Amino acid sequence: MGETPYLDGGEPLDVKRSGTQFGFMEPNQINFNGSRVKRFGAQLIWSLVIPAVFITVWYLIANHLQNPVVLPHVRDLVQLLIHPADNLISMGSLLNNIFVSLVRVLIGFILAVLIAVPAGIAMGYYDSVYRLFNGFLGMFRPIPPLAWVPLVLAWFGITSMATLLGVKQGQWYIYLNNLKLSMVFIIFIGAFYPVLTSSLYGVRNVRKVLLDSARVLGANEKDIFRLILLPAVSPSIVNGMRIGLGVAWMCLVSAEMLPGSLSGVGYLITHAYTVARTDIVIAGMVSIGVVGAVLDFLFRILEDKKFAWQRLSR
Amino acid sequence: MLQEAVINIENLCKTYATKQGAFVPALKDINLSVDLNDFICIVGPSGCGKSTMLRIIAGLEQTSEGRVFYMGEEVKKTNREVGMVFQDYSLLPWQNVLDNIALGLVFAGMSRNESLQLAHKYLKLVGLEAFARAYPYELSGGMQQRAAIARALANDPRVLLMDEPFGALDAHTRILLQEELLRIWEQDRKTIMFVTHSVDEAIYLADRIIVMSAHPGQIKEVIDVTMPRPRDRANPLYGQMNARILGMLDR
Ligand SMILES: Nc1ncnc2c1ncn2[C@@H]1O[C@H](COP(=O)(O)OP(=O)(O)OP(=O)(O)O)[C@@H](O)[C@H]1O
Ligand SMILES: [Mg+2]
Repeated sequence: MGETPYLDGGEPLDVKRSGTQFGFMEPNQINFNGSRVKRFGAQLIWSLVIPAVFITVWYLIANHLQNPVVLPHVRDLVQLLIHPADNLISMGSLLNNIFVSLVRVLIGFILAVLIAVPAGIAMGYYDSVYRLFNGFLGMFRPIPPLAWVPLVLAWFGITSMATLLGVKQGQWYIYLNNLKLSMVFIIFIGAFYPVLTSSLYGVRNVRKVLLDSARVLGANEKDIFRLILLPAVSPSIVNGMRIGLGVAWMCLVSAEMLPGSLSGVGYLITHAYTVARTDIVIAGMVSIGVVGAVLDFLFRILEDKKFAWQRLSR
Repeated sequence: MLQEAVINIENLCKTYATKQGAFVPALKDINLSVDLNDFICIVGPSGCGKSTMLRIIAGLEQTSEGRVFYMGEEVKKTNREVGMVFQDYSLLPWQNVLDNIALGLVFAGMSRNESLQLAHKYLKLVGLEAFARAYPYELSGGMQQRAAIARALANDPRVLLMDEPFGALDAHTRILLQEELLRIWEQDRKTIMFVTHSVDEAIYLADRIIVMSAHPGQIKEVIDVTMPRPRDRANPLYGQMNARILGMLDR
């Protein structure tokens, strides 16, 4: 909310503010002493117990089976993961494929956000808009994104952004040709509903007294929208975006299984399967998991930084 | 219509339709005229329509029957000359106290710097100057309510509708703020309508006390308080009036 001129004494407040930042931690962590570091170390080790057991069991079974198609050796997988830029069975590197997938997901996701957020706010704010669209949108909601595949293929086939924009060659052609419309559509569907729903209910859940008190203070409709409604709804929108991006990322494999796809992590996985490279399949799965978790984490940081008030109020 | 009536309520009825299709009569046949610089207190049992009445005067709610006038004009929507302090917590949770108090000034198009200067003055008035940068969730209920009062005052409305503003305060702060409110009221010549559950508070503050009854909400009695201010709670008249009004609320 911009810079606030320094009008008050401020000192005791600064202490107070920083105090609330740790307000959600356990009380004994607020004390500064050596046991805090120890505790943190102990917690870290504790949270690594299950992964360690998991990897050990894997290691033992893989050693026992000696069949890399069923279960590759841990070290093969580690090799793949610590050299992500290496070219794999002529399908480009892991890193390159992750990048391609990420761009696809982001484009589908951004399109979904651009449409779902205004639509959700309008449906939440105006009852007439809600009644107009709710039945229609509700009918499509239960359809899993994957079920759209045949229809989407019939509609868009292997049309890509390059076809759409009329780019026929050059560097841009390579990029844009990778963005098949069918793929973007599947990802769009995945991200659309979580964002729509959380925007809609975000608006519905804005406390009426906030709108009322702004009105008696002389707010016009524009003020209400800009200074009350939007800030009040944004935590809920960002939460919906976080969930939407997660779903979009999960739709990735199905989208990249579509014909015409020659890159991306999903493609890497399915193709590696056909040539019996289970280690690459698992490396692809691990990458999907890691990237998804990182995206989620970034959103959580944003939520924590910007919308602490929501967690701390009430 | 008399020129000096700031608020005029004529045959006001308000009926709410519930989701089950039933009708709840909240207010019935309310007639009231509030003059400039009047200090009116409204007391009555819970659910007798006190909040509803204030909301209608503020323009937040429409009447079912009858009309409400502000300065001779029928109230159709909110008006920044008629301020209101709500019964529920109403500060914006994502803004600090100072920004909250400046809110009405921002709506009025005042520059940020100027509005914050002014907001700071009102912050001091309600004794929260140490909490300018605190967020509402860092304040107690009573402190939030004081900030909401400062926010309403900063807008300098002519009429101030106050819905149990001191309900969450301790006895000492409550008395301090009662005195402060009287001072502001006398100094700025405001017109105040003040809902309270405390008969003692009503007698301390009001020129006139409206006693309401419930189901449906109606005005039962209007009592003029003529004791000179500052009023002495030890005055036997004070106690007699207190007992009389409590008796009315009992029936
Ligand atoms: N939005 C609404 N929909 C339906 N009924 C309502 C609504 N608002 C208020 N009422 C009803 O109108 C009546 C008056 O409510 P109101 O809030 O004005 O009472 P009050 O005198 O302020 O009570 P309290 O002292 O408890 O605050 C109540 O019976 C309540 O159930
Ligand atoms: Mg009330």
